[in-house]
Amino acid sequence: MTVPQPAPPPAPQRPARSLLGWETTILALVAVALLVGSTLSDAFLTGANLSNLASNLVEIALIALTMTLVVIAAEIDLSVASIVGMCSALLGVLWAAQVPMGLAILGALGLGALAGLLNGWLVTRLGLPSLAVTIGTLALYRGLAYALLGDRAVADFPPFWTNLGFGLVPGTQLPIPIVAFVILAVVTAALLHATPFGRSLYAIGANEVAARFAGLRVGRTKLLLFVLSGLMSAFAAVVYTFRFSSARADNAVGLELSVIAAVLLGGVSIFGGRGSVIGVIAAVFLIGIIQNALTLADVPNEILTIVTGLLLILSVLGPNLAARVRAARQRRSTLAGPKGGAP
Amino acid sequence: MTTGLSTSDPAGTAPPGLLTRLFRAREASLILILLALVAVTAAVNPRFLSAQSLRDLLLNVSIVALVVVGQTLVLLMKHVDLSVSSILGLTAFLSGSLFVANPGMPIWLAFVAGLGIGAALGAVNGLLVAYGRVPALVATLGTLYVFRGVDYAVVQGGQITASNLPPAFSAFASGSVLGVPSLVLLVLAVMVIFGVYLRSYRSGREYYAVGSNVEAANLAGINVGRRVLTGFVLSGAIAGLAGVLYLARFGTVDAAAGTGLELQVIAAAVVGGVAITGGVGTVAGAGIGALLLGVIGSALVALRAPAFWQQAIQGALLLLAISVDIVLARRAARRVQERSHR
Repeated sequence: MTVPQPAPPPAPQRPARSLLGWETTILALVAVALLVGSTLSDAFLTGANLSNLASNLVEIALIALTMTLVVIAAEIDLSVASIVGMCSALLGVLWAAQVPMGLAILGALGLGALAGLLNGWLVTRLGLPSLAVTIGTLALYRGLAYALLGDRAVADFPPFWTNLGFGLVPGTQLPIPIVAFVILAVVTAALLHATPFGRSLYAIGANEVAARFAGLRVGRTKLLLFVLSGLMSAFAAVVYTFRFSSARADNAVGLELSVIAAVLLGGVSIFGGRGSVIGVIAAVFLIGIIQNALTLADVPNEILTIVTGLLLILSVLGPNLAARVRAARQRRSTLAGPKGGAP
Repeated sequence: MTTGLSTSDPAGTAPPGLLTRLFRAREASLILILLALVAVTAAVNPRFLSAQSLRDLLLNVSIVALVVVGQTLVLLMKHVDLSVSSILGLTAFLSGSLFVANPGMPIWLAFVAGLGIGAALGAVNGLLVAYGRVPALVATLGTLYVFRGVDYAVVQGGQITASNLPPAFSAFASGSVLGVPSLVLLVLAVMVIFGVYLRSYRSGREYYAVGSNVEAANLAGINVGRRVLTGFVLSGAIAGLAGVLYLARFGTVDAAAGTGLELQVIAAAVVGGVAITGGVGTVAGAGIGALLLGVIGSALVALRAPAFWQQAIQGALLLLAISVDIVLARRAARRVQERSHR
């Protein structure tokens, strides 16, 4: 590392290459997974199965969109699954109290935004690390979910709304929530990759001090990110509640780890400043496809868990090892080349 | 290795070192909160201080307090170990299966097996982080899944029950010396060993150096890679020991044992003043953090807080503890800075 090297050539080409490289790799992996899946089982490449597969992923996919933004800005939100549980519980409570469904949904979304606001306030105003804050609110929001609903379940949602959760767009095999996801994914990708706001996230994640000196409103941006993350979790809560037609305090327990696994597998750097929406979406579907294909091939569930973990590790370890080999080779060639010079 | 240090004289070395430490640093405010909480709870419900309920409290806290020792080593170096819960689950089941396979096996062998398996799993984390350059959050989130998957594959729907275990092993968890459960004494011994090690040994100080400034540590001649690897191996070994104790305490273990424990452990460390940003914290503080969370939990039960509100109150208090701790620390730092400018 401390070995003096001709800095200019590797520096500009490396980030671009590794980013594009990883996206291409993961899209290729998706294609391979689809191919292998179709050879493992005839039932795999059917509209009904793919529709079911997409439907099962939708909450993780939704939350992964805003988590991508949060992690690119070098923060993290571990409280997302608890926000899902809390908002789902509120939706159930409001509906059980005969509040009109439209208002109940608005209430759930408002609570999600508020939860995100508290996270963001603690991180930006008190300057606490987001990992610590959101471990705290993970416990708090899940606790509030139980306070709202106890261990009861509200299940008697009207068919019109539950159909939005698990129904298909008429005449197609597309689950309705996936349509909402596609729209939100396009909006998020545009926001991240085509607006000054998106660019500011990369700048903040890469070097917060420099970003502040460059005049970016770091605190306000991060606050907005946490609010968006809370709002998206609340939306995922509405989808989850209608899809299973059940509001429970323990809805989506543990989902935060799946979301973060997908975001990291998608090539977003945990240290911020790097990543793309396409990569994350590809990663969400890669995990989903592998799990679905292996399930259809009667591979036991525990293997799925192991594969998910290994993929996550290899997604970072692979490029790292490749870079080390490349660096070692380069060093050897520079040492063998011109003699003398340098220290 | 260092075991001789504390087992020779646990009562002699522990109290003075611990006491001076407690009243010097952040631990002091935690102790005050703890005492106030205990006093208020005991005033409302005297049964809170009964021998039986104190015993249950200590037993409940001890496993988290043990795992948090290893987590502290890792957090000090600005890393994190999310896989401890999976390591605990896997070692609990594997050491239980050893008893099933050889019913006459001596009990100490289960402890050795737990330590060994845990250390091996921790080494996987350590190699990934130290030499594979995988960020700890990613590496240990990955192994959290992998180890748990292996756990499910090994268990395959079965479970270990108390009837599979030799009576002497289960008796270890319920046994006590001078009224203090032996399980709690074992955890205290580990805490004292690591407390002394981190404070007074060169290699112990290296954890702080690595977490405060990696480059400076490197320039100072510290082998950072080896230190990080050792930290993860120790964290794994301690989680493995905790798995054996979990088995002894609960007797029944299935593949889901310990799920979600990692967040409790990190929460305890953070409340106890171990900084997630590395370089700051003590084993004593982390242990008090675990104790505080445990006391809050059982105080809410003793105060008859409505059952479904307890988790929310606990979450709010956790958040409050983190905030107050950091704000106070920052204010103190600012005061020091102002004084030096004058």
